[in-house]
Amino acid sequence: MNILYLNAIGLAGPGLPNWATTRSVLAQGRNPDLPDDVAYVPQLLPPNERRRATPAVRQAFRAAEDAISATEQPAPLFATVFASSDADLSVSHRINTALATPQRAVSPTDFHNSVHNAAAGYWSIATGCREPSTAVGGYDGSFAVGLLEAATQVASDGLNVLMVAYDVIAPAPLLDKRRLSCAASIALVLSPKPEPYSLCQVRVSLARNVETRLPDSALENLRLSNPALRGLPLLCLLARGEVGHVALPYLMDRSLRVEIAPV
Amino acid sequence: MKPLTISHYTVTTACGHGKDALLDALRRGSTGLRAERFESCTLDCWIGQVDGLNQPLPPIHAAWDCRNARLLALALRQDGFLEAVAAVRARYGADRVGLFLGTSTSGIHQAELAYRQREADGALPAWFDYERSQSIHAATDLASRLFGLSGCSLTISTACSSSAKVFAAAARAIRSGVCDAAVVGGVDSLCLTTLHGFNSLQLISSEICRPADLKRKGISIGEAAGFAILDPQANSNLALLGYGESSDAYHMSNPDPEGRGAEQAMRSALERAGATPADVDYINLHGTGTRANDLAEDRAVVNLFGAATACSSTKGWTGHTLGAAGMVEAAIALLCIEHGFMPMGLNRQQPDPQLGAHILAETHPAKIVRVLSNSFGFGGSNCSLLFGRCV
Repeated sequence: MNILYLNAIGLAGPGLPNWATTRSVLAQGRNPDLPDDVAYVPQLLPPNERRRATPAVRQAFRAAEDAISATEQPAPLFATVFASSDADLSVSHRINTALATPQRAVSPTDFHNSVHNAAAGYWSIATGCREPSTAVGGYDGSFAVGLLEAATQVASDGLNVLMVAYDVIAPAPLLDKRRLSCAASIALVLSPKPEPYSLCQVRVSLARNVETRLPDSALENLRLSNPALRGLPLLCLLARGEVGHVALPYLMDRSLRVEIAPV
Repeated sequence: MKPLTISHYTVTTACGHGKDALLDALRRGSTGLRAERFESCTLDCWIGQVDGLNQPLPPIHAAWDCRNARLLALALRQDGFLEAVAAVRARYGADRVGLFLGTSTSGIHQAELAYRQREADGALPAWFDYERSQSIHAATDLASRLFGLSGCSLTISTACSSSAKVFAAAARAIRSGVCDAAVVGGVDSLCLTTLHGFNSLQLISSEICRPADLKRKGISIGEAAGFAILDPQANSNLALLGYGESSDAYHMSNPDPEGRGAEQAMRSALERAGATPADVDYINLHGTGTRANDLAEDRAVVNLFGAATACSSTKGWTGHTLGAAGMVEAAIALLCIEHGFMPMGLNRQQPDPQLGAHILAETHPAKIVRVLSNSFGFGGSNCSLLFGRCV
């Protein structure tokens, strides 16, 4: 695949309020564990949509807004890839709970929020973006699945792509079946040509390498706590500003090799 | 783009197992929809149910067993498709054949059943395997094992455009060298979430769905699965000629009444193929049977094509198969090209005078070179595919 350019990074998770303030701590390979704005209000959502948007949509917006604010281009110019293992399990929990009662009164808002592409839909409404958008999932490999799809769109169709990986906490009783113990999101802005503000070159390829683990145990626990944070080794590498590569978990026994080089 | 050859395809809907059953139903004008109730559903409506899904998966795949997985496993054995995938795998290697599947609700019906059996403390029953049923990636995971594929693998879930978008994603992956050939497909099975969910939005018709009819009352939900092999080296005269994707940027569950996103997707599919509106012989509409869809799509079609191009929705046969609709209608487009006919707008009794597009009143033979197929979904996710005969 062709070389891509990474132009901006967005991050949100427990102790990870945004990319700018966590970067220097991640560069040292430590868990930033900074104070967190738990009541984050998406800046771009109009009031109606803000009221209806689920916690998963807000989580996706948080990293997406963090990344977009670091680019010099308006949000409507980007095609989007939203990658999530489970989107919003609280929505399916409420629907399934309603369906287990004789009345079966499914909330219409829950139903329209239950689609896996809810975040993509809200984003296009919020930004007025009519560019292609997609929503993909690959369980614990969702970050790598999303990054490969984004990279393919950049390389093949020449699109500027905003990739957002996100997942949120699973509600009881689903938490016993799906360990999602925190809410987190990572966003990357990719382009086919270098921009004046490009951070680095990126090359991705499928491989069978052992996934890159993080030496710091707190950071490694964070990596395993949410499918979006499987992208943390890449962010640590980017924070250090180094040339190098990481292997991110893809599907079954495969990994996505992500190689970073200067622009 | 260079036409991407399609070497094999198969489809299973309420009209029957395999593509011959659907071809026969299309030609005879006989619907697969029936006025019956799915499982414990309490709604009086018509549904497109696939027969033969009562047997559990064999023990080796028991962990994935759910209605969606059974439908997937049944559908991929029709029309010699599994054998065709084996041949492609042998030719390129298992790591070089990509797998791209669309689904909107995956195996959510398994979760619906599990929620009826919660323990006293609220816990879900031990038999419920979230990862291999409800998870959006579950069907793709099972399909990769059944097909023996280990290349790139993608699950797209963009509501009712899901399995149209897999064609675009696969074409990109082949062009950029991520894989050499691809299996694409879609699978969505009946569940209470969509039946009662669409009912909560007052979009379920009590009668059989009547797209483009003045007295339409909404959608009839169906289930379906289908697959195709995209192989640039295949010796076939069927091909994907273009794809176009867009977002409405309008509303989560209503289409933009101006149809701007829909028009952009159709225009983009034509441009990518180097085709003009006059090159399209037939448009398979998204045509769900809701008034909002009919009016918005009609506006987009008439803006781009004028009022002469032959169009119809085939959801009167299959029902709206949601995440599988893109694949089902891709298969219908290919059947129309291969067998030279255009299907009518089934179940339409009284044409809606507000619609300007040329909706076919009769199914008739025709030499067809190019078919455009539309799939639009919640969240304003639009995808148009242009299929054609390679010349």
